Amino acid sequence: MSENKNLWVFIEVLNGSAKSVGLELLGPGRRMTDAMGEKLVAVVIGTGAEAAVKSAVAYGADQVIFVEGPDYNEYSTEAYTYAMEQLVKKYKPATILVGATSKGRDMGPRLAARLKTGLTADCTGLDINPENGVVTWTRPAFGGNLMAQIECPETRPQIGTVRPGVFKRGTPDNARTAEIIKENIPVPAGTVRTTLVEKIMEAAEGAVKLEEAEVIVSGGRGLGKPENFSLVKALADVLGGVVGASRAAVDAGWISHAHQVGQTGKTVGPKLYIACGISGAIQHLAGMSGSDCIIAINRDPDAPIFDVANYGIVGDVKEVLPALTEAIKKLKA
Amino acid sequence: MFFTEDHEYIRDLAREFAEKELAPIAHEIDQTDTIPQRIYDLMADMGFFGLKIPEEYGGQGLDVRSYVCVMEEICKKSIAASLLMSSANSLSTAPILLAGTEEQKKKYIPGIASGKEIMAFGLTEPGAGSDAGSMTTRAVEDGDSYILNGRKCFITAAPIAQNTVIFAKTSPEKGSKGITSFIVDMSLPGVSVGKNEVKMGQHGVPVSDVILEDVRVPKSAILGEVDKGFITAMKTLSIGRIGVACQGIGISQGALDAAVAHIKERKQFGKRLADFQAIQFMIADMETKVNAARLLVYNAAYLMDQHKDVTKEASMAKYFATETALEVVSKALQMFGGYGYINEYPIERMYRDARVLTIYEGTSQVQQMVISGIVLK
Amino acid sequence: MNILVFIKQVPDTTEIKIDPVTNTLIRQGVPSIVNTFDTYALETAAKLKDADPSIKIVVATMGPEQAKEALKTCLSVGADKAYLVSDKAFAGSDTLATSYVLSCVAKEIAKREGCEFDLIFCGKQAIDGDTAQVGPELAEHLNYPQITYALEVAVENGSVKCRRETEDGYEVLSATLPAVVTVTKTAYEPRYASVKSKMAANRAVIPVLTAADFEIDTNLSGLKGSPTKVKKTFVPQKKKGGIKLQEETGVIAAEKLAAMLSEAGII
Repeated sequence: MSENKNLWVFIEVLNGSAKSVGLELLGPGRRMTDAMGEKLVAVVIGTGAEAAVKSAVAYGADQVIFVEGPDYNEYSTEAYTYAMEQLVKKYKPATILVGATSKGRDMGPRLAARLKTGLTADCTGLDINPENGVVTWTRPAFGGNLMAQIECPETRPQIGTVRPGVFKRGTPDNARTAEIIKENIPVPAGTVRTTLVEKIMEAAEGAVKLEEAEVIVSGGRGLGKPENFSLVKALADVLGGVVGASRAAVDAGWISHAHQVGQTGKTVGPKLYIACGISGAIQHLAGMSGSDCIIAINRDPDAPIFDVANYGIVGDVKEVLPALTEAIKKLKA
Repeated sequence: MFFTEDHEYIRDLAREFAEKELAPIAHEIDQTDTIPQRIYDLMADMGFFGLKIPEEYGGQGLDVRSYVCVMEEICKKSIAASLLMSSANSLSTAPILLAGTEEQKKKYIPGIASGKEIMAFGLTEPGAGSDAGSMTTRAVEDGDSYILNGRKCFITAAPIAQNTVIFAKTSPEKGSKGITSFIVDMSLPGVSVGKNEVKMGQHGVPVSDVILEDVRVPKSAILGEVDKGFITAMKTLSIGRIGVACQGIGISQGALDAAVAHIKERKQFGKRLADFQAIQFMIADMETKVNAARLLVYNAAYLMDQHKDVTKEASMAKYFATETALEVVSKALQMFGGYGYINEYPIERMYRDARVLTIYEGTSQVQQMVISGIVLK
Repeated sequence: MNILVFIKQVPDTTEIKIDPVTNTLIRQGVPSIVNTFDTYALETAAKLKDADPSIKIVVATMGPEQAKEALKTCLSVGADKAYLVSDKAFAGSDTLATSYVLSCVAKEIAKREGCEFDLIFCGKQAIDGDTAQVGPELAEHLNYPQITYALEVAVENGSVKCRRETEDGYEVLSATLPAVVTVTKTAYEPRYASVKSKMAANRAVIPVLTAADFEIDTNLSGLKGSPTKVKKTFVPQKKKGGIKLQEETGVIAAEKLAAMLSEAGII
C-alpha cells in the first residue's frame, strides 16, 4: 500500500472532447495532491481524444496517461476496465476519481471488484488526510436524507465516483504544459463480450444540458397539469435558461426523465434556480441546493423549498409565472 | 378479532391498488363519467370481481370479510370503482347463485367473475321503489316463452350490461308473491335502455332505465321458481347491504383522512386548524362514529361467514355506516372551508358520492323498518 | 432459460423524515419495501416469462429474517422460487463483500435448482444506499458481461439485448449469455398481485441459506471482507430561508420579485 501514490482523475471522453465532470474533478484533485505533495494525473482513454488530453492539461493535470487504439473507439465496460486494470498495475496510483456518469458508474464498480478494493459511489464531498493519504468520501444516502462519510483505509487504490456538477470547473490555462504518456494496451480477444448495436443521441434541440445550465426553471406537481409546463418554459426562455422538473412531475408523466433534478435525477449548480410548484422534498433538494441563487414559488407557505430559497413567493404558480415572465421581459427590454 | 392474516394481505393489496391506481384518477373518473378500461382489467386480473364467488364458477371462493376488506379500501379512494366490484360480487351474481340452475350458474357467472361480462339488476320501477312489491312490469306466459312488458329505472350499469335480471309479475293478483325473476339478454328485440341519468355523484358507471316492450324470453330464462322471485330479490338486497355499508365506512375514512391532513396544514388566526378545540371535537366525533360503524360492518360480515341469519345485523350496518358517511363527509367538507366547495379538492366529490348511500339498496327508512320489525317481532 | 433476480428489502426512503429536535432520521414506522428498481427488474423478468412460460424465475436476497416479507412480495408478482441468504458472517458487508457473497449464492442456487441461470437481474441501485455497485461487482466476481441501466431487455439468438439509458440519450447493447443486467425505471410498471397469488405467496416456505450451507470464504464477507468503512453519518444542514413574499395577488409579488432580482444583479 505504501508504494501507491498519486491521484488519478479518469477523464471521460465524448466525441473526442472531455466531459465536464472529469475537468471538474481536477479541481479537488489538485487540492488533494497538493496536500500530499504528489502528482495529479489525468487518464484519457479513447480514439481521437487529443482535445480531451489538451483540456486535462489546461485544467491542471501534471501528467496525462493517454490510451489510444481501435479497441477504445466506443466505451465498453470490459475494454475500459481492462485498460484501467493494466494501468493501475503498472503505475500504482493511490486514489482514482471517476465522474459518476452512467459510464463512470458502470466501469467504477467493475474495476473496484477486479482490483478487490473499495469504491465509494456518487460522492458530493472529498477530503484527504495528509498524514496517511486516506480520502474521506462524503456521499448522500437514504434518498438524500442522510450524509455518510466513507473511508477505505487498507486497500489501494481507493476509488470514488463523484457526482457531476458538485465541483465547479476551474479556469483553464491553455499555456500549461504537462507530460503526456501514451500507452498502447491491446485488449485480448474474447475480453469484450458486449456489442454496441446502436447509439441514439437525443436531438440537439431536445437535449437537456441541466448540469451545465446557468439558469434552470423547474416545475413540479404544483403546476396542476402537464400543459402548464409551457409557463415554466416561457420564463426559462426569457432568462435564457433550461427547463427542469421534480420527480413528482416526471413520475406523473408530465415531462421526460431527462429533465429531472434531484437524488434520482441530475445534480445541478446553476447561478439561478427557480422552483415552481415544487414542495422541496429532500430528494429534490439533494440535486439543487448547491445553486447560487434559489427562487421558490409555491402556494404552501410552509413548503420546505422555502427553507433553501433566497427568494420566495407564496402564491399560485399559474398566476405568478406569467406575471414574473412579463415583469422580467420589461426589465430586459 | 374479525380478521385473519390472509384478510390483512388482501387488504394490503387492495390498499396499494386504490392508492396507486384509483386516487390519482378519481377526479378524472368523476369529471369524465367514465372508468378507464385499465381499471376494469386490473381489477379483473387481481381477482376482485369474483372475490366471493365460488371457485367452481370462476371466482376466488373467498369469504365476506375478504370482500369487506377490498371494498373498504377501494371506497376510500373511489366509490365509482367499488360499484364494479359490488355489482359483480353481489347484485349480479347473488340472484343466480341463490336461485339459478347449475346450467345458469355455469353459463353466466364465470363471465362476470372474470370481468368480461356485466349483469345488471332490474328491480326498481318509477312507481315501485322501497315498495318493490308494487311493481307493474308484467310477464305473460305464451307457449314455451314469456312476454315481458314494463319499465325499470335507476338500473346501475344497464347501458353496458349484456344481461339483466328482471323482476316481473307473473301472478299480479298475488302481489309480491306473484313475482318471477328472469335473466334477460339485453340484445333481445324489445329491450332498450333509457338515457344515461345525470347523477349528483358516483359518476363513472352509467345508470339508466330498462324498457321492455313485448320482449319474448324462453322459459329457460326463468331464474328460480315461478312466483318466487320476490324472495330472491329480498335475499339479494340483504347480501348487497354489506357492500353499501362498506362504501359508507370506506368513504368516511377517506374523508376523515383528507380532513386530518388538511387541518394539520391549514393555518388561520396564526394557528393550525387542528389546534382549535371546535375542530378537535368534530374530529373526535367523526373518528368515534366511523369506528362504531366499522365494528357493525365487520360484525355483520363475520356472522355472514358463520352462515348466521344477519338480516338485522346487515341492516344496522348499512343504516349506521351510511348515515355516518353523510355526517362525516359533511363535517370534513366544513373543515376545508371554501376549498371544500370547489371541485379541485376530492372532498367535494366525496360529498356528492356519499349522498346516495342512505338511499340505494334500501333507504335508511327501510332499514329502520327491517330492524324494528325484527326487534318487535 | 432461467433468470435469477437479486433484490433488497429497503426502508421506503420517500417516507423517511427528520426529527427536527435531534436532527436525526426517524426510522420508526417507516415501511419496508422491495427496492423500487428491483421491482422493475423482477417485472422485466416476468415479462420475459409471459412470452416464454418455460422460463423459471428465482429471487434471492441477503438480509435478516424479516426480508422474507420482501421475497413473499416477489413470489406474488411473478417469481417461482425465493431464497433468503442470512448469516451473521455477512453482516456489515459493503458492496464488494455483498457482491462476493451473492456470487457464491448464485452458484449455490443454480446447484440446488439444478439449472444454469442465463440472466442475473438486479435493480440499478438500492434506494437506501444508492451506490449502483453491487450489480457490476457481482458480474465481475462471476466473470459475466454486464449491462447497466437497462430500460428494455430482450433475449434473442443466445444473447441479451438491452436499451440502456445514458446522460446523452440511449444506446442498445447486446451481451453474450450468461450476463448480469441492472434495470432502471422502465416504461412499464410492475404488475399487481392477485388475491390468489398474494395468499399463495404468504404461505410459501422460503429456504434460508447460511454461510455453512454453501461454498464461501467468510474472510471476504461481512466487515472483514469490506474495504470501505462508514466513518460517520449525519443529517445534511438546512440552508436558512431568505426573503419570502406573500402579497395580495401573485402579480404584485411577481413584480416586486423581478425588481428585487434586478437590483441584486441576479437578472
